Amino acid sequence: MAQPPQRPAGGRAGMKKELPEHFKAYKNVWVFVELERGRVHPVSWELMGEGRKLADKLGVELCAVVIGPKAPETKAAIAETWAYGADTCYICEDVALTDYRNAPYTKALTDLVNTHKPEILLLGATTLGRDLAGSVATTLKTGLTADSTELDVDDEKSLAATRPTFGGTLLCTIHTLNFRPQMATVRPRVMAMPDPDPTRKGGRMVWHSLDMAEADIVTKVLEYVADATTSDANLAYADVVVAGGMGLQNAANFRLVKDLAAAIGGEYGCSRPVVQKGWMPADRQIGQTGKTIRPRLYIAAGISGAIQHRVGVEGADLIVAINTDPDAKIFEFAHLGVVADALQVLPALTEAFKRRLGGDVKVLEDA
Amino acid sequence: MASYLHPVDPPAVDGLNIVVCIKQVPDSAQIRVHPVTNTIMRQGVPTIINPYDLFALEEAMRLRDQYGGRVTVLCMGPPMAEDSLRRALGLGCDKAVLITDRRFAGSDTLATSFALATALTTLAREQPIDIVFTGKQTIDGDTAQVGPGIAARLELNQLTYVSAIDSLDQDKGEIVARRRAEGGVQVLKSKLPCLITMLEGSNVLRRGSIQDMLRAARADVTIWSAEDAGVEDPMKCGLRGSPTVVKKVFAPSPREEPAEMVATEGKTAHQAADAILDLIFASQPKLEADLVKGA
Repeated sequence: MAQPPQRPAGGRAGMKKELPEHFKAYKNVWVFVELERGRVHPVSWELMGEGRKLADKLGVELCAVVIGPKAPETKAAIAETWAYGADTCYICEDVALTDYRNAPYTKALTDLVNTHKPEILLLGATTLGRDLAGSVATTLKTGLTADSTELDVDDEKSLAATRPTFGGTLLCTIHTLNFRPQMATVRPRVMAMPDPDPTRKGGRMVWHSLDMAEADIVTKVLEYVADATTSDANLAYADVVVAGGMGLQNAANFRLVKDLAAAIGGEYGCSRPVVQKGWMPADRQIGQTGKTIRPRLYIAAGISGAIQHRVGVEGADLIVAINTDPDAKIFEFAHLGVVADALQVLPALTEAFKRRLGGDVKVLEDA
Repeated sequence: MASYLHPVDPPAVDGLNIVVCIKQVPDSAQIRVHPVTNTIMRQGVPTIINPYDLFALEEAMRLRDQYGGRVTVLCMGPPMAEDSLRRALGLGCDKAVLITDRRFAGSDTLATSFALATALTTLAREQPIDIVFTGKQTIDGDTAQVGPGIAARLELNQLTYVSAIDSLDQDKGEIVARRRAEGGVQVLKSKLPCLITMLEGSNVLRRGSIQDMLRAARADVTIWSAEDAGVEDPMKCGLRGSPTVVKKVFAPSPREEPAEMVATEGKTAHQAADAILDLIFASQPKLEADLVKGA
């Protein structure tokens, strides 16, 4: 396992400004394209949009990394990277990479990094992305910031990754000063989906061989069982979301949230403490450790608006907050505020929407 | 094949030797941050075992109950983290090890995985370890990076987000587990030694027996310094061993345009609702058309 020699600075490592000599050759912004079961996870394209901004600020290339089997789906994913702004695409194709497994994927990505030396490497904070990022960062002995909500580069060309900290009491900005690549994961829907440009010319393709025999890969995939329901995806991609918090006082009152969501043809969710109370299932949680949403309309009822909730909903076009407490944090980032008891306002809103929209409303397709 | 956790090959078989890594975390959001170092000041905040780790503890004890062997809990933290280890003993774990040293302070996930992996290697010299369990993430860090970090350092087969263990064959050293993936579940067959991070809700935590509680109160918790744990290079621990640097800790500022407050004074709930709808559709005219179209 090749690793750079570590020469920590005196006192506090990382406070030293000078990047060690052997890292100075690291250049370009890489985005890991998550290809699973023939499908690219949309978070990869969201990251390409963000990666493009970082690459432009740094004056370097944006590169995509596609890892998967030698198959038409992989070829299609490579072709799509150009439309989302890639200048170069690094490719590792091997039959052993057909299904995601930690060992061969970790080897493919760490070998690519060690060979081609990117300064920044971004991955989606999905189950696959987090499984892989932790292994890769540890193998490379570099820094990794999880679930970043904002990415930027400072005057010294260092990646500034911001994320909520400590259950959402504060935000912190994290740098990896003396090690490369600087790695970060970002949850799906945190960054806006860029518009692809299908006319954009294809860039450079660089192939890399896995050099790993199936016999040497201990873990085997016996089976994949697809989920029966896809409520997960629906909530993250819904046009309208209604969510309830502790202000609703008990589990039974969440009926009001579901009724309003149904009347508008949207999805429903809740804040973290509601899940901890057992009032709603975990897959309905909105926020830093739940789903990030980007609806056109978000109605938050009885939610105080901790930072961890805020970062999960800030991508909404219009945030309507209903809370009895005029000093609730949520009014600091809502567009429309209503100081009132959600238990009375929710049923009234349900009726008003039904009147305006005319009876039963189907769930919207994505525009 | 010998490895870090199976230094002797073949390993001495006497049931399963399982280690669960747990963390003591603050039980609330009342966190204070040191103004100079930007690290957490943990004094005076009530603490609990990281809730996600309880699923790892339970799964480990179930395997031990079924196949024999023992469950050791391992924790890196301040001296007071001994409380959480005693709680784990009270639930029915067999042995507890706390690695505590000022030099661990301020560890990021890379430095944390270094300290824990080093301690695991030292523990494996006493008896080879078959499975290392962790929770999927902690509620204070929320990174989910330490489990994979330990696995990478010890070259363990890594199974993250596991919702169920379908089977385990001690003679062959094989394990079959279900892993949460995007949009489905992967059924994976792997080999021991391995590292498993458990998904929340995958089991129900037992209540410790009276005997266990009494035993826990009297039990010895092994307390190791960095040296005891086997750390040879303290530069890989704590702040010095952490490649990530927290440059800034701050509270988010309110949006530049304050929220438009809907007047509710003297209105019935229905009148207020109509006013809210008018404002929603005034700012999102296309939304109304799309919603009506969808109807």
